[in-house]
Amino acid sequence: MPANAAATNPEDTRQATFRTIGVTKVYRPGDVEIHALRGVDLEIEAGELVVLLGPSGSGKSTLVNILGGLDVPTDGKVFFHGTELTAISDAALTRYRRDNVGFIFQFYNLIPSLTARENVALVTEIARDPMTPEEALGLVGLGDRIDHFPSQLSGGQQQRVAVARAVAKRPEVLLCDEPTGALDSATGVQVLEALETVNRELRTTTIVITHNMGIAAMADRVIQVADGRIASSERNGDRQPAKSLSW
Amino acid sequence: MTPLNKKLFRDIRRAAGQVLAIAVVIAAGVAVVVMSLGTFTSLRETRDAYYDRYRFADVFAQAKRAPELLGRRIAAIPGVAQVETRILHGVLLDMPALDEPVRAAVQSLPENGEPVLNALVLRTGRWIRASHPEETIVGEAFAEAHGLRPGDPITATINGKRRTLRVVGIAMSPEHVYVIGPGDLVPDDLRYGILWMGREALEAAYDLEGAFNDVSVRLTWSASEPAVIERLDALLAPYGGIGAYGRTEQISDFFLRSEMDQLSTMAGIIPPIFLAVAAFLLNVVVSRLVETEREEIGVLKAFGYSNVAVGWHYMKLVLAIAVIGVGLGWAFGIWMGRGVTAMYADYYRFPFLYYAFDPAVVAGAGLAGLAAAASGAIFAVRRAARLPPAVAMTPPPPTVYRGTLIERSVFARRAAPATRMILRHITRWPVRSLTTIGGIAAAVSLLVMTLFFIDSVDVMLDSYFNQSQRQDVDVQFTEVREDAIGAELARLPGVLKVELYRAEAVRFRHGHLSRRVALLGIEPDADLSRLVDDSGRPVTVPSEGLLLTGKLASLLGAGEGDTVIAEMLEGRRPVVELPVARVVEEFIGINAYMDRRALNRALRDASVATGANLLIDGTARPELFRRLKDLPAVLSVADLGTALATFRTMIDGTILQMVSFYVLFAGLIAIGVVYNSARISLSERARELASLRVLGFYRAEVAYILLGELAILTALSLPIGCLVGYGLVSYMVTAFDTDLYRLPFAVERSTYGWAVVVVVLAAAGSGLLVARRVAYLDLVAVLKTRE
Repeated sequence: MPANAAATNPEDTRQATFRTIGVTKVYRPGDVEIHALRGVDLEIEAGELVVLLGPSGSGKSTLVNILGGLDVPTDGKVFFHGTELTAISDAALTRYRRDNVGFIFQFYNLIPSLTARENVALVTEIARDPMTPEEALGLVGLGDRIDHFPSQLSGGQQQRVAVARAVAKRPEVLLCDEPTGALDSATGVQVLEALETVNRELRTTTIVITHNMGIAAMADRVIQVADGRIASSERNGDRQPAKSLSW
Repeated sequence: MTPLNKKLFRDIRRAAGQVLAIAVVIAAGVAVVVMSLGTFTSLRETRDAYYDRYRFADVFAQAKRAPELLGRRIAAIPGVAQVETRILHGVLLDMPALDEPVRAAVQSLPENGEPVLNALVLRTGRWIRASHPEETIVGEAFAEAHGLRPGDPITATINGKRRTLRVVGIAMSPEHVYVIGPGDLVPDDLRYGILWMGREALEAAYDLEGAFNDVSVRLTWSASEPAVIERLDALLAPYGGIGAYGRTEQISDFFLRSEMDQLSTMAGIIPPIFLAVAAFLLNVVVSRLVETEREEIGVLKAFGYSNVAVGWHYMKLVLAIAVIGVGLGWAFGIWMGRGVTAMYADYYRFPFLYYAFDPAVVAGAGLAGLAAAASGAIFAVRRAARLPPAVAMTPPPPTVYRGTLIERSVFARRAAPATRMILRHITRWPVRSLTTIGGIAAAVSLLVMTLFFIDSVDVMLDSYFNQSQRQDVDVQFTEVREDAIGAELARLPGVLKVELYRAEAVRFRHGHLSRRVALLGIEPDADLSRLVDDSGRPVTVPSEGLLLTGKLASLLGAGEGDTVIAEMLEGRRPVVELPVARVVEEFIGINAYMDRRALNRALRDASVATGANLLIDGTARPELFRRLKDLPAVLSVADLGTALATFRTMIDGTILQMVSFYVLFAGLIAIGVVYNSARISLSERARELASLRVLGFYRAEVAYILLGELAILTALSLPIGCLVGYGLVSYMVTAFDTDLYRLPFAVERSTYGWAVVVVVLAAAGSGLLVARRVAYLDLVAVLKTRE
């Protein structure tokens, strides 16, 4: 089973950023039960760029939300290095997000009342060893729009501000849920380039959710999620630069 | 039930907290109207019914001794419907409960049956039997204060003779709704009472066989009161008549009327302010509420619901909230109106006092509440309903923000992004920020306005009792006495100081204006009972001419330098012209003052007095009062300390009780505003705040952004509210200008302090309630939806 191949290798276990054991998530919005995740065992290595592929409702977002400490599993365990995320309080989860995790969403979720620089500063103010907002925005190629408000930026620019905001605190992991979902191909590539740069230069473990097969080519590993389970996990021997992608 | 109505019910249930907060604001406005107007209407209708049923007279007159036959001639005056002649006198009672002599007025009852006018309501016991001179009926207030019952004896000094009377009944009369001793400011049921005795018994006691000294007249519908008074005065003049007067100068009716004027002013001013504030808040809150429903409106329209259907749906939501509010307001208002009315019943002696549930008032208040809610909703609903569905379903375009001017200040440039978010949000929505400020400021100003009454009454009482009337005891003589009585009083045990005064009932005329008042001749260097103006400065009475209080001067249309005609109403009844030397503002009463020597000169009398103010040594009090009781020259003894206490109790029991309800409502309004602002802010900014939580902000940090804005707005509104409150107070002062008293313009710093504290607590409390909801922000769901 390729999905569990990494778990059997003791060398890799030591280096794993995330390890999940039998993670299950059941939502009960009404009288029905929705099994979003049905026992996921997974390891993500440090510095890996992983693309999670799967149709809507397959459970990939739920998985990433749980890894990011936004949601808690119904059953199973999640480890971030040696810390069991499933055993800590809400305040500790907030601390974990604040110190270690960068999020990027399909809808950028910038604060409209703050400029690009200030949106980034929002995070650097509370981080332990952040880069400056200028550095972070330079990394995503937005050094010249630093004092613009979100309403003065295009979608791609807004998303790059979101990337800068996510990486400015030098997080250990970057979780991206459909980061290009709301963008056209050319703009989307700019955002992916930014992610690639961060992954390469800061060695940030990066997980990208998408249902866009085209993006898979830039990954170190491609994991297919279907019906709440890991359907496959394959190493990409031929990682392509983001610049070469198109869809 | 249609799906839309189901949605309506569920929406209301879901937002129960907010619905309640809005409803409370409406309820406060409606309740104040129902309570104030209801209390006023109840008193007015009770009074009218009582006066009518028990045949309260319209015109009253006293004389020295008029032959009974004169009654027929009075009855023949055109416009006179009924006449009742009586004997009426002041007596002193020796009550076991008190050291000092107790004053009472004794009035005659016809030997056979009930009086034609000013009929009695016999509460217990029986009527007086003919030829039983020892039988008496006692006023209920006095009987209650002394625990008197039929069968009990009372020792009375009637025309200098000590007699033992026997109580046979307890009664009340429309003449004595407000039982107050002559010269007193408040009722003191222990020290002043009313007695009724048989006509024959009083004729014998006062040597008035076949004569009367008091007459009451009831007028026909079309009668002219001034014309009747003129004829009556002419008839009584040869018999020592001292000037007839109408109900406005009848003491009980005067006080009752004055209280009701005040109630009516309160009911006319305060509730509209409350209702206006409630309407304004409702307008703000409801339009923001509808705006947050923008997407649902788009969906409904996409499904094919018409603008009217969608508009009506939201209108129903608002009206449902308003109906809850109006219902609560009715219930509260009626409940409190009952309470306040019952308190009035303690001070005003009515045989029945019903809280009148006036449908017009209640319906009017309800309609006003509904209209306020509907007008708030209508614009927001129209705006939402007019949008094409596709536009409505997409959220409003990203808000354009700019840097603010404030940020250029040194402080703000160093401010954290969270603080900048707060500042920009405030300046981005200036209208919304201003309305929130307006709402909170309104609550502050209502509190200042209502709490002011407490300050004002304190200043008034302090001015009157501590600055002006500093004597311990006020002794009135049975008749005019030579100054030598001063030395006599000074020799009594415990008397430290004596100041004589001369008080005369007088009718002033100036042009066509006239007024019956008391003219007080006081010592120019008087220290015990001195004149103090409205800014607390002692005033020396001029050595010649009159000193008028500002209110009396304006009632007479006279100013300094004018000359008024003074008709003395007792004794030889001289008529003199007196110049107005000075006008001084006083808070209580409408008196006129003169130097006692100048008054005696003007009336061509020797140096005489009608009473004395005493400063006493408290330890000798019982002994002094016993001695005073035995002095034949003494008509009455008033204890000023007791007067202050009774005044205090009465004010606390009536006006201040009402004020405390107003304060409660103002507080509720503050809570309603702040809670709603915070809740709506939370729903409008849920996404932004959830993003911050995702980025690793703690709940407290997110709550800071949410509540920081509210805190700034609250802080800004506090001084504005205090300022507006100050303006409302100055309006109140001019509105509350009755004959009985004027409200001193006095707002204590503590009043602003309390208003601020109440609003800040309300803001903090509702802010914290809302902040708890930050914990329940759905991080995942919020981030998955599009912006």
